Amino acid sequence: MAIDAATVRRVAKLARIAEPEERLEPLAQELSAILDWIEQLDEVDTDGVEPMTSAVAAALPMREDVVTDGQKRDAVLSNAPRQADGFFVVPKVVE
Amino acid sequence: MSTTTAPAPYRIQGRTGEWEVVIGLEVHAQVASQAKLFSGASTAFGAGPNEHVSLVDAAFPGMLPVINRFCVEQAVRTGLGLRARINLKSRFDRKNYFYPDLPAGYQISQYKDPVVGEGELEVTRDDGSTFKVGIERLHLEQDAGKSLHDQDPNWTYVDLNRAGVALMEIVSRPDLRSPEEAAAYVKTLRQLVRYLGTCDGDMEKGNLRADVNVSVRKPGGPLGARCEIKNVNSMRFIQQAIAYEARRQVEILEDGGSIDQETRLYDPIRGETRSMRSKEEAHDYRYFPDPDLLPLELDPDWVRAIEATLPELPDAKRSRLMRQYGLSAYDATVLVSDPERAAFFETAAKGRDPKLVVNWVSNDLVGRLSGEGKDIADSPIPPEHIGELVQLIEEGVISSKIAKTVFDRMWAGEGAPRAIVDRHGLVQVTDTGLIEAAVERLIAAHPDKAEAVKAKPQAIGWFVGQVMKETGGKANPAAVNDILKAKLGV
Repeated sequence: MAIDAATVRRVAKLARIAEPEERLEPLAQELSAILDWIEQLDEVDTDGVEPMTSAVAAALPMREDVVTDGQKRDAVLSNAPRQADGFFVVPKVVE
Repeated sequence: MSTTTAPAPYRIQGRTGEWEVVIGLEVHAQVASQAKLFSGASTAFGAGPNEHVSLVDAAFPGMLPVINRFCVEQAVRTGLGLRARINLKSRFDRKNYFYPDLPAGYQISQYKDPVVGEGELEVTRDDGSTFKVGIERLHLEQDAGKSLHDQDPNWTYVDLNRAGVALMEIVSRPDLRSPEEAAAYVKTLRQLVRYLGTCDGDMEKGNLRADVNVSVRKPGGPLGARCEIKNVNSMRFIQQAIAYEARRQVEILEDGGSIDQETRLYDPIRGETRSMRSKEEAHDYRYFPDPDLLPLELDPDWVRAIEATLPELPDAKRSRLMRQYGLSAYDATVLVSDPERAAFFETAAKGRDPKLVVNWVSNDLVGRLSGEGKDIADSPIPPEHIGELVQLIEEGVISSKIAKTVFDRMWAGEGAPRAIVDRHGLVQVTDTGLIEAAVERLIAAHPDKAEAVKAKPQAIGWFVGQVMKETGGKANPAAVNDILKAKLGV
């Protein structure tokens, strides 16, 4: 499967990864090679096989509806580059 | 079931003819849980900023989500209330996008395999008529945090208290055809979740809000491109937003333009919708199964146990009230709007004329309560006393007019109506001798008025008034009329 530079640019933008223009073509080639390699799996007949999203054969564990957490504002804000009055403060994002 | 006459179809008059509006809704209903969907932080409203946040909600590295059983149960319960298919196997996906109030960079939602599949809701209009709306799905997802843009000219403030709170997203089919139908649908859905106790339905707090998908087409034609109006949080705004958006789309199409599928925002102050995200890749969420969460598998016995605890649902209650008590669709709809009101009615109506009871409950009692901003739960009069009041009327002990006086005294806390009637001597005078004496006295005192009645029978009203006055309003009106007519010879 071939990936072109335009796709790389778009994917990078969606993932908020800054890639300089001259890196797009080399990345497209590298990613295409990776996908080609993975495409070998297409040789396996998977008709009627349910997609597997976990390697763990267990049911989803559940917890009870009890408040056991929170009230730790200082810890929550501890890594914030900027904060005020208990809020995270980020560059203006109003649309 | 009473699918009654639909009102005239809603049409938008354009230059090129009539247009039809097609509406589908995605309602976000906050699950009435104590803790969040995947963390043990509280969902309580009104805390200081970031107080109800766990490290899971703030997406600290290495934090893992663990699902809240109660939230799953409420989703199943709501699905059962919608007569929908419960998917015994569903799973959670990551919906990827970047926004400061979404710390993980993705929302945990259900994309391909929601916990609840197709269902149906019978929607009741204000006049009691009904129509059906298809439900496409219900899935569980996390709410985002809250961004405040007005705290500082250059910075946005972020509060994550809401981040991670469980939402049920309930998606309708595009079955709605007018702003009124859309509002009636949300109202009915809100009533359902309140009956079920799965969501408190508080729209002011944003605990129930709707994304509204609107498109227009020539009546019966192919579906047009749609716009999604995000986060509309009142019935009135839903209607205004749809009316404005449909009109806007018609104008664009009639000017030869086309509708861009986009997300819009309703501005209630200006009464208009406007484009929210112009980004070309807005809808590329790159969903994929969340590797932190195993598939959600439900035990059929558990689902059956949940089903066994469902209360009588609004549409079933409504039909039963109409059938069992002979109430009109309107009266039944008003009672069902509040389960406590319906229960009050049923207690009061035991052995009584239901139509008399419903009038006392819905008009006199609820009218007076809402005048004071109260619910039926705050009623100073118990339902048994309303029943007793109606019984006194049925037995002819008091007239409807005196009943109003008795009601006032019951409202003031004087107790049971029969005791009030006895204490204040309010028993209706049916003793014809007493009434006759009063009538004769009046005719003798006012011969001119008596003559006037012979010429103009409506003038009898003056005599009725006087007799009532003399008997303190307690004379039986029918008896007074009969005696007056006989004595005056009309």
